[in-house]
Amino acid sequence: MATDTAIPPRPARPPPWHDARIRGIVYQILFVAVVVAFVAFLVHNTLVNLRRQNIASGFGFLDREAAFGIGESLIAYSPADTYARAFLVGLLNTLYVSALGIVLATVLGTVMGIARLSSNWLIRKLAQVYVETFRNIPLLLQLFFWWALLREGAPAPRQAWELLPGVLVSNRGFVYPVPTADPVHHWMLLAFALGIAGAIGVSRWSKRRQALTGAQFPTGWVGAALILGLPLLVFIAAGMPLQLDWPELKGFNFVGGGAVSPEFAALLIGLTIYTGSFVAEIVRAGILAVSWGQSEAASALGLKPGQCMRLIVLPQALRVIVPPMTSEYLSLTKNSSLAVAIGYPDLVSIAGTTMNQTGQAVEGIAMIMAVYLAISLLISLFMNLYNRAVALVER
Amino acid sequence: MADVDVTQELPIPVERPLPVAAGPLAWLRANLFNSIPNTILTIAALYLLAVIIPPVVRWAVVDAVWHGETGRACRGGGACWAFVAEKGRFILFGRYPYAEHWRPLFTVVIFIAMILASRDRRLWGRRLAILWLAGLAAVGALMRGGVLGMTYVETSLWNGLPLTLILAAIGVVFAFPLAILLALGRRSRLPAVRAICVGYIELVRGVPLITVLFMASVMLPLFLPTGVTIDKLLRAQVAFILFAAAYLAEIVRGGLQAIPRGQYEAAEALGLGYWRRTRLIVLPQALAMVIPPLVNSFIGGFKNTSLVIIIGLFDFLGTANAALTDVNWQGFYIEAYVFTAAIYWTFCFFMSRYSQMLEREFNRGRRR
Amino acid sequence: MSDSAVETRAGEPIIELRHVDKWYGEFRALKDINLEVKKGERVVVCGPSGSGKSTMIRCINRLEEHQQGQIIVAGIELTANVKNIEAIRREVGMVFQQFNLFPHLTVLENLTLAPIWVRKSPRKEAEETARLYLERVRIPEQADKYPGQLSGGQQQRVAIARSLCMKPEIMLFDEPTSALDPEMIKEVLDVMIELAREGMTMVCVTHEMGFARTVADTMVFMDRGEIVERGPPAEFFANPRSDRTKLFLSQILSH
Repeated sequence: MATDTAIPPRPARPPPWHDARIRGIVYQILFVAVVVAFVAFLVHNTLVNLRRQNIASGFGFLDREAAFGIGESLIAYSPADTYARAFLVGLLNTLYVSALGIVLATVLGTVMGIARLSSNWLIRKLAQVYVETFRNIPLLLQLFFWWALLREGAPAPRQAWELLPGVLVSNRGFVYPVPTADPVHHWMLLAFALGIAGAIGVSRWSKRRQALTGAQFPTGWVGAALILGLPLLVFIAAGMPLQLDWPELKGFNFVGGGAVSPEFAALLIGLTIYTGSFVAEIVRAGILAVSWGQSEAASALGLKPGQCMRLIVLPQALRVIVPPMTSEYLSLTKNSSLAVAIGYPDLVSIAGTTMNQTGQAVEGIAMIMAVYLAISLLISLFMNLYNRAVALVER
Repeated sequence: MADVDVTQELPIPVERPLPVAAGPLAWLRANLFNSIPNTILTIAALYLLAVIIPPVVRWAVVDAVWHGETGRACRGGGACWAFVAEKGRFILFGRYPYAEHWRPLFTVVIFIAMILASRDRRLWGRRLAILWLAGLAAVGALMRGGVLGMTYVETSLWNGLPLTLILAAIGVVFAFPLAILLALGRRSRLPAVRAICVGYIELVRGVPLITVLFMASVMLPLFLPTGVTIDKLLRAQVAFILFAAAYLAEIVRGGLQAIPRGQYEAAEALGLGYWRRTRLIVLPQALAMVIPPLVNSFIGGFKNTSLVIIIGLFDFLGTANAALTDVNWQGFYIEAYVFTAAIYWTFCFFMSRYSQMLEREFNRGRRR
Repeated sequence: MSDSAVETRAGEPIIELRHVDKWYGEFRALKDINLEVKKGERVVVCGPSGSGKSTMIRCINRLEEHQQGQIIVAGIELTANVKNIEAIRREVGMVFQQFNLFPHLTVLENLTLAPIWVRKSPRKEAEETARLYLERVRIPEQADKYPGQLSGGQQQRVAIARSLCMKPEIMLFDEPTSALDPEMIKEVLDVMIELAREGMTMVCVTHEMGFARTVADTMVFMDRGEIVERGPPAEFFANPRSDRTKLFLSQILSH
């Protein structure tokens, strides 16, 4: 049979106004044009308005002297420093309170989340009361409450409450004793590092031993004993030198020791308790998400409840917990910006003062947004990497 | 039938369950003291409660003062509910003209009615949108006045609870259409459209609400042609709408992704164009799935409106703070905040219960 | 009662249920169950849904608790005593309807997990046993894959191998093929038939009557929480005595 050796004809090209690809390109051009025109309109207006009000543009103001004081700072700062340095102080304060808040909220939230699943009715109900109460009240209100409590409810330094020996609460904040520097601290640090190394070593050794002989070893307890015990031994061997710098009442306030302002304390307490309630729900949902059949299969194989939790439930629960957890961490970092309402000098607060003084609101807001955006993108990146690393392998 | 050789006489089995775990004592044993760690926890918890609750009850009820003209009436350690009684109307309605307080009160009632009515499934769909738009229009007319013989009240006097509800409701209702467009745009095959939508969503979700409020409050006047002024309330409202739209867009996108590909394909096979497909097939299904997170968004928005105090608007939290500055009533911040917190809590708690119930129903119906 | 497994000789009772009752609140799920399974015996339990068949076998390894009566497995009485429960679970293997493989572990890790952590066996030994049983269920090449990458039939065979790696005396099957697509049922049943041929004591809840006819020594019919009828398959299918049995068989053995 004769075969047709001619090249099969190509499908006819539609006229341009029906061609889907060309239509797509045209739509996009139109859309982008509209957006660009709109943005140009805004920018034009902004420049005109700024000029009329004699407000400068650009980031030159960062090199000027800031001329305002900052209540608390992690690095040295004086009003003679530049605006740029002031921003740095604010950024560090934000990161500091956020990092502490994240750690504390995680601990509190995890404990409460597990408590909500407890077999003890009282504990379960108390945890539920905690979650339902603090989840449903705006964070700002909680911050105002703690701040007012610490500023007006707490007594003057002369009548400060003593929570623990040396730990005092007054309307100027918390003060606590700080150990003075001592050579033994270096040795303790060394012992701590050795303890960590030892714990890792014991863990490796016990895994290998279990693989070879099947015998099990209480790695967790021994590791903890090494990490905590070695520094303690060093401390005792050196004769227990504990010189504390006690806060002393001089005049109207305390000197010495460590201090935490009421603003910082209120912000930290509020953020921790509020975010902790959301973390509790995430942890609870994560543990519940592991299907009941998994624990049944594990029990049927003879695994003890502790082993079942460690080897089967927790690894699977963590996969469900980590994504919303990192969202909460991000939320907490963004929520720390509420510090501006209670007077803690975080990034937004300092940027606000700067904007008031220089009038350069656009640049200030742009800088704040850029910083938070960078933090968000970093955290999202981390989460995506984590997700990809632990994703369950499926068809 | 093989008989089991029973060496012991077992009692004759009864039809009804044995009274193995009945009565309060048995319940206590099973739920509170069923193991050593639990027993310790129970005792510790009971001790904690014993230390905390009696002083709180003493403060809040026993020693409390319920009536008084000024703060001096509240000497003594108890709670000063007289403060709430005297300043309550101010906290609820702010500086709205005293004689016209029935109008914001009615506004709050309308909102509560709309929220309760929204639970009716039969309304879900276009009728719900009409209900809310009509309700918001009614609220706007009521608060503003100038029509039907009501005196005009400028927006800076719209304070307290009505302001909170207005900001939250208008924020969500107007953000919704924008969110749908953003979600569709994010899933578009046209790269430019997709990029712009993704950019907007990620930008807004990555920054704190306070910066969006600052931006609206400070920069919006700059964006507008010289001479055009914009009401402060409107600025805050725009900020909420833009902010909520980004979060809602992600929720709608989740709904769009949850629709099986087969739906899209069937609609295409029937010859429906993109917009018709989206309007008739895709969106109705996506939006039905999206209702529980939508309720959560409203709850979040409701709590977020408290931030407007930072840009100088007096919502429900702002009026509480303002009430505290009254010279006659100094230092009753606990009472003020507890009162405010109780009302916020009531709204949020019941709405979140409702959305949890919805979510449970949806998950049950979709069991694979 | 001793708390370590008693060596049972073939033909002696290895599972005994005596007057077992179980309630879920007010609802009585098991009514006066009396059952004796000898070592090497294969028992198939059938019945309509809700009849308590799954509940009964889940009571045997304490995934459910019975309120009244006695359950004795391999000479150990099943009570709230944790040591007894652990000892019994070492001797009893269970295969679930939903497979319940651990998705975050490879097939090999699924199989070696319990021998390493419960029987404290060295890793090499555990892996050898695991590969042996993977051969027995005819999927040795899947050892390093994850459960999500396998078909339903393969997953269930892995689940069977996982239980076998603990070298149990008894195997319990709770509707092992009910969640499988039809073309995969045969491969799982083939494995179970082979297991039976090697003399494993089996208690199997299933709807697969062809399998029952091939393998079972005793058929047990349960309805509404009680054992209605029992007997060798030949009699059971040919001459059911009770009307309820007749009704059930007519529904399930149609066409």
